[in-house]
Amino acid sequence: MATTDRELAELTHHKAPHKLDLFKGVKKLPLEEYFTSGHRTCQGCESALVMKLMVKAAGPRTIVLGSTGCMYVANTTYYSTSWVVPWMHTQLGSSGAAALGAAAALKALMRKGKFKDEPINVIAFCGDGGGADMGISGISATLTHPDYNCLILMYDNESYANTDIQLSGSTPYGAHTTFSPPGKTKRIMHHRWKKNFAAMMAAGHPTCKYVATVCMSYPVHAMNAVRKGLSIGGPTFIHSLDPCPKGWDYDPMLSHELGELAVLTGTWPLYEVENGVVKLIGKTRDIADGRVKRLPVRDYLLKQGRFAHFTDDDIDYFQSKVDEMWNKWVVPGVIPFQKHLDEDRPPA
Amino acid sequence: MAEAIITPHVEEPKKKAPAQGDETSLITGSEAIAVACQLADVDVITAYPIRPYDTVMQYVAKLVANGEMDCEYIVAEGEHSQFEIVKHASACGARVFTGSSGVGWMYAMECLTVTPSLRIPMIAMVGNRALDDPGAFGVEHNDALAVRDLGWQLVWVDSAQEALDTALIAYRVAEDRRIFLPCAISCDGAFLTHSQGIVKIPSRAKVDAFLPRYDRKDLLLHPDNPITVAPQANEDWLMEIRRGTAAAMERSAGVIREAYADFERIFGRKYGNPFFEEYMTDDADVVLVGMGTLSNPVRVAIRQMREEGKKVGFVRLRWFRPFPAEELAKSLGRFKAVGVIDRDFSLGSPYHSGVVATEVRTALYQSENRPQVVGFICGLGGREVTLPDVRKMSEIVSQAASGKPQPATQWIGLRE
Repeated sequence: MATTDRELAELTHHKAPHKLDLFKGVKKLPLEEYFTSGHRTCQGCESALVMKLMVKAAGPRTIVLGSTGCMYVANTTYYSTSWVVPWMHTQLGSSGAAALGAAAALKALMRKGKFKDEPINVIAFCGDGGGADMGISGISATLTHPDYNCLILMYDNESYANTDIQLSGSTPYGAHTTFSPPGKTKRIMHHRWKKNFAAMMAAGHPTCKYVATVCMSYPVHAMNAVRKGLSIGGPTFIHSLDPCPKGWDYDPMLSHELGELAVLTGTWPLYEVENGVVKLIGKTRDIADGRVKRLPVRDYLLKQGRFAHFTDDDIDYFQSKVDEMWNKWVVPGVIPFQKHLDEDRPPA
Repeated sequence: MAEAIITPHVEEPKKKAPAQGDETSLITGSEAIAVACQLADVDVITAYPIRPYDTVMQYVAKLVANGEMDCEYIVAEGEHSQFEIVKHASACGARVFTGSSGVGWMYAMECLTVTPSLRIPMIAMVGNRALDDPGAFGVEHNDALAVRDLGWQLVWVDSAQEALDTALIAYRVAEDRRIFLPCAISCDGAFLTHSQGIVKIPSRAKVDAFLPRYDRKDLLLHPDNPITVAPQANEDWLMEIRRGTAAAMERSAGVIREAYADFERIFGRKYGNPFFEEYMTDDADVVLVGMGTLSNPVRVAIRQMREEGKKVGFVRLRWFRPFPAEELAKSLGRFKAVGVIDRDFSLGSPYHSGVVATEVRTALYQSENRPQVVGFICGLGGREVTLPDVRKMSEIVSQAASGKPQPATQWIGLRE
């Protein structure tokens, strides 16, 4: 006999998640902040904005676990923590395990009557190094546990920015990092394409109910993604693209604009996968529907010093890979399989 | 120390019905520890397969499947996550259990490193196993010993009964607010993890009387106690924080003593000196020192040698961290020579000895009476420590006692 969702929930003692209504616009946001003064992030740091808005969206009944990275080192100087909610460090590759551990503890203690039964959010965050590189195994495991309510948020500034800007599996093709400096004989030291991480998490974990990409240039959507991720039940995943003045080498005043350009050039598609349904969001949807024309990636790349060594050929190559995402992928901008052509079919 | 201002704890219900009698059961060391977890009402358990420790998790899984144990039982995707999950669960107020063996334990090393300074009272079972390569499933103590400098309390047991009892004691000690340090219970692979013994299983009521609920107090990670745990301290504060962890370890011996005294009072089973056990030492000229299940062949060989009039005794070290230096030095100072049997290696260490021999020599240095210490490396990779091995080691130690110089370290039971 097939197990129903309800039977599965009973079997695993699944607890109903916190229900958080979506914000209806920037003017309806609460005034309270739970990530405040005390941090020492760089001017123009978008990841700090991710932290601030993430926990503003989640509210005070939240436990935050942060893996090693900028948002650990810069935010929790001893005696001057910027966190108003409880916060704990977790090891670089352990955001998945941290979320699972906290969620499991709350679930067990509340079920057994040792703690008061109440909704408490669990959020674990990681950078792209801690997530897309080292933490992928733990995050993947956590996303297969339907019975623990938690959100994993990966803030992706496209390098190991805290340790001096070294390339990660999430660094875009060709970018100048301290581990991939353009040299006299090798102009392009980093010739790997950025991992398609959010879609990998969505496609690879069929019981994970919510995966989203966000960018803080579109803050209300990002905050609502956090609220959806915490409300839908089970483990969820959000991937945020965060322009980084130090790592990307641009004037800090351009952070917001670069986030927009990432979306408008089609380099960073905004989408969510809710209960298996893919939905493109905002400008990304406009691009897909043909209402907005994609901007050339040149507008995005040449505003950043990390691509200053690019020749026209390099830019063309980058453009061709982004075009591929939109013209050839089976789900444009999301799923990188290409459609099977009739003539490729094997003989019957 | 300030008590937590607000805690989400629900008050503990009044103690249950009167104590039932102990049940007797034939179980392995691993099963004994699984039963201890059941009795201790552990909240979160994480498993990952590696021989030989993983048998404990197989028993836990059965208890959970049969509804005999209420816990979050999580099969992790690697030891690193396995230990991180329970670390965070413990920070959030849950009583936790986990474990590993050999290179699995080493895979979790990053998490093992941070757990003591986070003051997490994690209890782990180490089913001692040789560190691959070359591959070997058998016992070697280097896995657990790898964390000896980091703030883990380390204890070796040699029977299933002692495994069960020590697990309960470990929870009591680790979760004491004066301590809040993790504890690893070492069980020799195969010789204890897979070997059965008759075990008295105490009633839940007795365990409840011995073991209070885990209360993380001021360190609880919870919205009612919104603290920031493990911030960036750097050179400003790191040394003071490290000193705090060291002070907890220094308090540990006293708390262990209290726990054993209470254990004896409530369960009626006597362990005497908690830190080491002496066997036929009263009139001994020489003694062997060792940890874990090699006690079995050593005891048998000593009985045989006693019949031949040889005055040999045995000291089995239980607690390696905290190391009972003064007490052990006082005891060993009574003998003419001491042979330390290491089921581990410490390559390049003083005299190329094992770990325990080096520690014993260090402990004896400040002592008035300093017997000769001969180090033996024996039984690696699960090789049996045989009666002739023990007799040979006793003979070498007796030679040292009679003034004939002996090499400081000798490998025993090695192919020529």
